[in-house]
Amino acid sequence: MHELAVTESILSIAEKHALQAGASKVTDIYITLGQLSSIVDDSVHFYWDIISQEAALSRGAVLHFQRIPARLLCLECANEYGIQTALEPCPRCGSFQIKVTAGEEFWVDSIEIEKTDEEKVA
Amino acid sequence: MSPSRIPVVEKILSANDQVAEQNRAKLDAAGVFAVNLMASPGAGKTSLILETIRALVPELRMGVIEGDTAPVTIDADKINAAGMPAVQINTGGDCHLDAVMISYGLQQLNLEEIDLLIVENVGNLVCPAAFNLGTHANVLIASVPEGDDKPYKYPNIYRNLEVLIVNKIDLLPYVRFNMDYFRQGVEMLNPGLRTFPVSCVTQEGIDAWAGWLKARAEKARMK
Repeated sequence: MHELAVTESILSIAEKHALQAGASKVTDIYITLGQLSSIVDDSVHFYWDIISQEAALSRGAVLHFQRIPARLLCLECANEYGIQTALEPCPRCGSFQIKVTAGEEFWVDSIEIEKTDEEKVA
Repeated sequence: MSPSRIPVVEKILSANDQVAEQNRAKLDAAGVFAVNLMASPGAGKTSLILETIRALVPELRMGVIEGDTAPVTIDADKINAAGMPAVQINTGGDCHLDAVMISYGLQQLNLEEIDLLIVENVGNLVCPAAFNLGTHANVLIASVPEGDDKPYKYPNIYRNLEVLIVNKIDLLPYVRFNMDYFRQGVEMLNPGLRTFPVSCVTQEGIDAWAGWLKARAEKARMK
């Protein structure tokens, strides 16, 4: 539901790092998202198509999402397990004392940029 | 043209987090304890704030930041009528408050005259969970008529809480709400979470919640 704010943030991160790297264009943006983060990829794509139109460097860049599956650790019996959708108690001992060890990732991993080859330009 | 891959590894909401840190520093410098009060629409956020004012004022000096998606001042008016300074933030349709909105709100309050600041977030169980405001404690109100399955359906908001309030417990005899099932869901997401069952109608449990707030506010003032 807050995908607009998320998409704006992705754009500003991409623009900042592209500028620092002296890029002339951003072609691809790689985003890492944990299974537990409540972000809908389609919705981010939808906003991206609109807001990136005005971007200096990231216009037309393609977004790539890498989803990280959730991993849980049982604090009672140290069993590690994955889940389908909702959080579930430990399948081995039934404990509700669990800790999330993966699945909350939420960052821009890298960007693919193009640089104008200055020697050739000169 | 020479394409190349640049590593970034920057948290998507890092800009928000930076402003949240500034907000926190400002609150700490003034000795203000601030809570981010979240809940679905109609769970009783404003009612709980009014009961809290009744329980803690004048012992504590309180301030309130009201977040709403529409330009209405219904909530802020109620707080003002109770004699407390309230700042209304209109999110312009946005589903949550963010750290920048709070920084504007803080500018409009005299923090030196406040011990306890309550930020009433936009009624929503999804988006507010993702935005750090710089407040000291996240508090969620779950109300009995919403149903006992909410921890299972909105897990993220339960995971970063310091306090859970179960409101409208006076309705328990009339509503299908299995407290054991509800608590099991909460326990899985946030083991040992401090929970205050309350009713803003009968005032049951309000003193325990107010006592916790008071202890934390006094600790913040000592620092």
